Amino acid sequence: MPRIAVTVDGIKYEQDVEPRLLLVHLLRDHLGKTGTPIGCDTSNCGACTVLLDGKSVKSCSVLAVQADGSDVVTIEGLATNGSMHPMQQAFHEEHALQCGYCTPGMVMASIDLLRTDPDPSEEAIREGLEGNLCRCTGYCNIVRAVKRGAQNVGATS
Amino acid sequence: MIPAQFDYVRPTSVQEASQALAGDDDAKVIAGGQSLLPLLRLRLTYPTLLVDVGRLSELQGVHDRGDHVFIGAAVTHDEVVRSGVIRDACPLVALAAATVADPAVRHRGTFGGSLAHADPAGDLPAVALALDAILVTSEREIPASEFFVDYLESAMHPGEILVGIKVPKLGPGWGFHYEKFHRTAQAWAIVGVAAAVRRSNGSIAEARIGLTNMGSVPVRARETEARLRDLDLGEAVRQACAHAAEDTSPPSDLHAQADYRRHLAQVLTHRAVRAAAGSP
Amino acid sequence: MSEIDPAAIAEQADVPTEPKQASHEVGRARRRKEDARLLTGRTQWTDNIQLPGMLYVQFLRSPMAHARITRVDVEAARQLPGVVAAFSGRDFAAEQGSLPCAWPVSEDIVIPDHPPMAYEEVRYVGEAVACVVATSRYQAADALEAIEVDYEPLPAVLDMNEALTGTSPKVHDQGNQAFTWKFGQGDIDEAFRDAPVVIDRTYVQQRLIPTAMEPRAVVCTTDGQSFTMWSATQIPHILRFLLAATTGIPEHMIRVIAPDVGGGFGSKLQVTAEEVLCLLLARRLGKPVKWTESRSEGNLTVHHGRDQIQHIMIAAEGDGRIRGIKVDLLADMGAYLMLVTPGVPLLGAFMYNGIYKMDAYDFACTGVFTTKMPTDAYRGAGRPEATYALERAIDELAHELKLDPMQVRRLNWIKHEEFPYTTIAGLTYDSGNYEAATDRAMALFGYDKLRAEQADRRDRGDPVQLGLGISTYTEMCGLAPSRVLGSLSYGAGGWEHGSVRMLPTGKVEVVTGSSAHGQGHETAWSQIVADALGVPYEDVSVLHGDTAISHKGMDTYGSRSLVVGGMAVLQACEKVKEKARRLAAHTLECSPDDIEFSQGAFKVKGTSQQKTIQELTLAAFAAHDLPDGMEPRLDADATIDPENFSYPHGTHLCAVEVDTETGQTKIRSYVAVDDVGRVVNPLIVEGQVHGGIAQGIAQALFEEAVYDAEGNLLTSTMADYLLPSAADLPTFVTDRTETPATSNPLGVKGVGEAGTIASTPAVVNAVVDALRPQGVHDIQMPCTPERVWRALQ
Repeated sequence: MPRIAVTVDGIKYEQDVEPRLLLVHLLRDHLGKTGTPIGCDTSNCGACTVLLDGKSVKSCSVLAVQADGSDVVTIEGLATNGSMHPMQQAFHEEHALQCGYCTPGMVMASIDLLRTDPDPSEEAIREGLEGNLCRCTGYCNIVRAVKRGAQNVGATS
Repeated sequence: MIPAQFDYVRPTSVQEASQALAGDDDAKVIAGGQSLLPLLRLRLTYPTLLVDVGRLSELQGVHDRGDHVFIGAAVTHDEVVRSGVIRDACPLVALAAATVADPAVRHRGTFGGSLAHADPAGDLPAVALALDAILVTSEREIPASEFFVDYLESAMHPGEILVGIKVPKLGPGWGFHYEKFHRTAQAWAIVGVAAAVRRSNGSIAEARIGLTNMGSVPVRARETEARLRDLDLGEAVRQACAHAAEDTSPPSDLHAQADYRRHLAQVLTHRAVRAAAGSP
Repeated sequence: MSEIDPAAIAEQADVPTEPKQASHEVGRARRRKEDARLLTGRTQWTDNIQLPGMLYVQFLRSPMAHARITRVDVEAARQLPGVVAAFSGRDFAAEQGSLPCAWPVSEDIVIPDHPPMAYEEVRYVGEAVACVVATSRYQAADALEAIEVDYEPLPAVLDMNEALTGTSPKVHDQGNQAFTWKFGQGDIDEAFRDAPVVIDRTYVQQRLIPTAMEPRAVVCTTDGQSFTMWSATQIPHILRFLLAATTGIPEHMIRVIAPDVGGGFGSKLQVTAEEVLCLLLARRLGKPVKWTESRSEGNLTVHHGRDQIQHIMIAAEGDGRIRGIKVDLLADMGAYLMLVTPGVPLLGAFMYNGIYKMDAYDFACTGVFTTKMPTDAYRGAGRPEATYALERAIDELAHELKLDPMQVRRLNWIKHEEFPYTTIAGLTYDSGNYEAATDRAMALFGYDKLRAEQADRRDRGDPVQLGLGISTYTEMCGLAPSRVLGSLSYGAGGWEHGSVRMLPTGKVEVVTGSSAHGQGHETAWSQIVADALGVPYEDVSVLHGDTAISHKGMDTYGSRSLVVGGMAVLQACEKVKEKARRLAAHTLECSPDDIEFSQGAFKVKGTSQQKTIQELTLAAFAAHDLPDGMEPRLDADATIDPENFSYPHGTHLCAVEVDTETGQTKIRSYVAVDDVGRVVNPLIVEGQVHGGIAQGIAQALFEEAVYDAEGNLLTSTMADYLLPSAADLPTFVTDRTETPATSNPLGVKGVGEAGTIASTPAVVNAVVDALRPQGVHDIQMPCTPERVWRALQ
């Protein structure tokens, strides 16, 4: 089995992995990072979205071996000093989650969106989240949350 | 959700990758994995070996080479969309790449991978075809018109690796548009139209049109291209575009019947050509 | 043992001795208590649960819609590394029982045997026929491929009308008709005799896949005697009861936990084959087992929704007044009757009259077996179907009479001064104000301006046409009065249970039998309790979803949680207060009648003497000086059974732009004004409405479960079953009117399903409205671009 080195939420791991092991299963089943859920098997739902070397990816669509040498940030690694990331805070403020299953992926995708568009329009937010499905919210409050999150991030940076 | 077992190698050169592939008939190339992983998860394919070319330096980078742009096969869709060189010299590639799947998939999926996968429903094969791109493999150069052989089948033989794509620069006067028609934002194109149009003195001097998902391979709307030559913008353009589906054999599937796809090809070609010609 | 000094404890634990300011929590847009764990990845989904020695289960599923199983060989699978066991259906034949149907709706109902794992015949693609248990997920998945099954194909039965013909192959030996159910009021023949206008339409409710974002998962463990099951379920209490009834394992030996559950929408209102089999596997192997479905497995095997053919006829006067409505349904049951499969269309039986007055009503429904996944509750369950057919047909009536569709509605609806109103279907609508909701919606929408734009586009022959759609709906929800459910042959009651436990430090633990999976009970119940007891919102915690903690409950569906479960909690608070009042009177040496309660304090009328509820709780805990006979605790339980359903209503308006060249529909604007009675938390209510609208729009425009001619599900993945993303939907404009329900003390009505019920007809009415000049009067849902284009050819 190939041995990989990967940093997840600031912790370095070295792990022997089957080549076929999906990154999301590495996170959930081997590293105990169950904050990242799985919602589909066709790369559609985006629930498993994480940041891989700073960019959003669907962790079901990356082999763990492909992440060798990379830095992964999951929903569990966003808080600093016990405070939620401004985007997490914005989702809370705008009631942008109900059952919460899509939320980790939705938050990670939203943070990624701001990386290249710090002040996105409503249209840009909707397009930017096209790869993340939510069944509860109808997306209205998610769009509001991302707008607020953009302001929050802007204010703290 | 769980792929079947396979071996995995990450060679350090194209030559090494070719050797790895040559030794195993059931080996597959992986780069970003965005086409392959869904097939693996659903166990629709059972490769014995994955040869990861995603980090090979020969497959990276976007290079301005005078009369053409060389795009490394492992350049991601996201890099394509953000490349100043591509946006300046062959914007159609960037326009179409921006419509592929969603941002997270575009961060991993590669330009070369999309072409090598040879899915006629993919957005980029039609673009490569419309632009007369040349696909550079580990062994030879293959014109786009000869690259797409059948559904999910390219002209590359086992062991051959796509290294990059030469996209000719079309020079001044050209306008571009990719018109994608799909039912939801992340759904595959029911039909897509890649159009490049050169305007001269208010009329269309030349047009190149590639069609997505109108057959087992991407196709050119040759009849429409011919009829558009030296045509003034106006109702005649619509009439020319009504020939867009000629010589196509679109599929009938869950998402659309063939006759509807033919109709869409005409409507969307008209829209794409007008947009590429800068006509509102 | 030293004496406990209540004052010292109070000081240590920061028990307030002065009442806080009245909080008025009910009505406040509190941010949810649930969010913190959900936002930081500390959620406990069932698949997150890891137990020592855990084994992983995978099921092999039938690739055939209908076949006799002639051989199952699991031997090769057993030999693979990591495989602990492999079983065929026959291995469970003696102990697995039959999956329950709790709603035998009629005398003539046929309830076929439904083995959790098939061993003689399979009747839909996806039915489990074998399973493997291995030490890892990956090994279990590999081993599945080593199982050999031989099938002898039998003919698939896919079309409901064909299924009912005498020549159709049978799904079950008993035939393809599951039941017939009829209901009527008034003289329907008289209503249709010489009626100036008769509208006669047939609509198809396509089959839908509910698609909660969390796929199903089950974990089951045993200590050799008793069992603990975690399941992604909406109904831990009902599940426990029925697991016991199905397997014979005594109920008190089963504990069911619904941890964090990622949405349900009815799809997790079920007792599933996988739950029963995981219980049996844990018993047989003596080890904890886990099963987690993949999405494509779920599309095949989570019960589907809708799938009805609706024949609706309206008899009306020349001025548009409705005389009577006649409805004849065919409802696709799928291959078996699951938990409430046959009852779903009947939940619509009392709703085809909607908000309108008429003299006669006639309803008939035939349940039909086909070789497809069984149908069952999906958000709205019966009521979206009824509302759709009615609101579509009302538009047809308006068109027939060349009247504005809103005018026809106004003419027929129950006026606000007529409430309470007993409808032709026999329900008593306690309150409502359709005029107010409609006026507000029309103003927000800009109806007249949009009509003008529509006329202009029609005149210009614009290839993009504008259409306006209306839906004025009501629904019966808050399921519900046990007596009524009993009269409909439902297998259980509609009560709900709540407990309030005062902790020594004055904090409050609330236990609710209604188990939430996204609805925000922890927040809303805290608000109710904070107001009722005069305690800080932060001092309340809400427990649910574990039969060992919440011993009684009827769980969460049918927009019932607040109306029934919330009221049970409120009643428990009243009991706590009553007890505290007696204790206060005793402590303050006065009569309980002299005590008044305000803002968390019990005061002697006309004096400054008082005791806070926290002080009294501590006094009860210390129990040094209680009135004779008083138990030393300030806890209370309440089980309430409402006397009526509740009836939210509202007006939804949708404007669409239809591209007549491609057939593509784009929603231009959407306005919803809902009246869900008094609102506990406007943020949560708005969220429920948003989500409901999105799901209703999805039925109108995007979603459809499609089986091919052999009975294979073509939409088995999310790549083919199209859910709308943020990029496919507009921002909805939502507002409320507030006409309190009179059937419960808070005046609340329920909001979980309203958006879904209202929105589908609003959208399709808009699409049809856009294309009326081209002679279009119906488009089959979902209104795909291709269907719209074909309608125009």
